[in-house]
Amino acid sequence: MANQRVILHSDMNSFYASVEMMLDPSLRGKPVAVCGSTENRHGIILAKSELAKKAGVKTGMVNWEARQCCRDLILVPPQYDQYLKYSKLAHEIYYRYTDLVEPFGMDECWLDWTGSSVFGSGMEIAEAIRKSVREELGLTVSIGVSFNKIFAKLGSDMKKPDAITEISKEAYQEMVWPLPASDLIYVGRATTRRLAGYGIRTVGQLAALEPELLRRWFGINGIKLWQYANGTDASRVMHKDFVSPIKSIGHGITCNADLENETEVFKVMFELSQDVGHRLRVHELSAQGVQIFIRSKDLSYKQFQCRLPVRTQLPSEISTAGYQLFQNKYRWDQPVRAVTIRATELQPQNAADQLSLYVDNARRDRRIRLQDTVEEVRQRFGKGALTYGVLMGNLKMPDDGRDTVRMPSPMYQ
Amino acid sequence: MEKHDLRRKVFVDVIVQHRKTGEKKPLYIIFEDGRQYEIDKLCACRRAAASKVGGTGIRYTIRVRGQETFLFEDEDLWFVEAKNLHA
Ligand SMILES: [Mg+2]
Repeated sequence: MANQRVILHSDMNSFYASVEMMLDPSLRGKPVAVCGSTENRHGIILAKSELAKKAGVKTGMVNWEARQCCRDLILVPPQYDQYLKYSKLAHEIYYRYTDLVEPFGMDECWLDWTGSSVFGSGMEIAEAIRKSVREELGLTVSIGVSFNKIFAKLGSDMKKPDAITEISKEAYQEMVWPLPASDLIYVGRATTRRLAGYGIRTVGQLAALEPELLRRWFGINGIKLWQYANGTDASRVMHKDFVSPIKSIGHGITCNADLENETEVFKVMFELSQDVGHRLRVHELSAQGVQIFIRSKDLSYKQFQCRLPVRTQLPSEISTAGYQLFQNKYRWDQPVRAVTIRATELQPQNAADQLSLYVDNARRDRRIRLQDTVEEVRQRFGKGALTYGVLMGNLKMPDDGRDTVRMPSPMYQ
Repeated sequence: MEKHDLRRKVFVDVIVQHRKTGEKKPLYIIFEDGRQYEIDKLCACRRAAASKVGGTGIRYTIRVRGQETFLFEDEDLWFVEAKNLHA
């Protein structure tokens, strides 16, 4: 057992709502929700306190819906600068124990405590962290302690708030295997559905499968799933310096021939948006705004931007917004040489379970699920495995990537 | 919950000695109305939540006129948890 890894996963409980209640004591002991735009009836619930949750308030609800669940609900607007501040302060506490700290979103981190047992067991360190966060920041964390990242993450979800759960080598079969497979990190909606189609519902059932079968179903990711379920995932806690949240994600290209009409511009924007949408997913962000940069043949540069009616990760919605901007603003005195499209006003993706009265949510949900599938196929077989008919043929885009304009510094601030 | 102990976050001016060791030693607190208090003793200093009024900071446990109280510093601003006389 000398080489056994010790991994912690610390999760700040109901993070946004907890920060609001910590900052304003008059909110404590009350149902509170952080809401995208409180003055507007259609603002979306981004986070809720324990009491609001008990009353049935869910993330993604429109605020009037949430008020129907809970009449005394107090809605407060988000203060992202404060969330960032307390996220950083929590990281500083983690760094007292180990510099192997891997942030996962703003409110979660993995810590690697392997080989440090002379200074205390994983459970003792978890307890020290829990206590420090509570006393120093007035916030609570739940911590999972295990021998791999997957089970540590699971452990932090099992008891909360302000609690610690250990999943040891001796206990994991009893603790983890009865859980639904969807409790495993990275097992999303699409994977859960497919597993259910094969009759696999629990982590234990997944663990008992032949890995070869999983490889046939899910490609290389099938093997990973099998490792997750069996506690044999060996992925390391990656040290990362604290990165402030990305402010925008953009992709641009200089075409190898001038674009002469709107249809050509649309195709290029749609192709670029495939990449923007993918990176939004990877970073678990969604966009509330779109910006386009158009360089004309004479090298003059124009920039336009707009707000989106609902936050999105969908390439189709990003490119449509960019195209409408282009149609409305570009005066065609010159053909177009280079196009950049950028997703802006980024928010965490789970803040954006879009529900708006202005859009057809059922249709939109189908588009999102379609994109889930597109992403899954591309992940397994490569980006070129699946494309849209409209993107066939000559887009006047150099495809060797040589002229790809990766947006420089403004992308990461 | 803490109904008998309603406090209010009051920002204050502080006269601070910056020591050659890098530490800060608050010497006097000055309230908005001009009242000035000498800090008799600095008992402890650590990061802590200001649970009565919200927020956090570096918390100085100080003695003023024989009474122990907290003085917080957060992002270069100083505040105390004042008794809320108007509540
Ligand atoms: Mg959390």
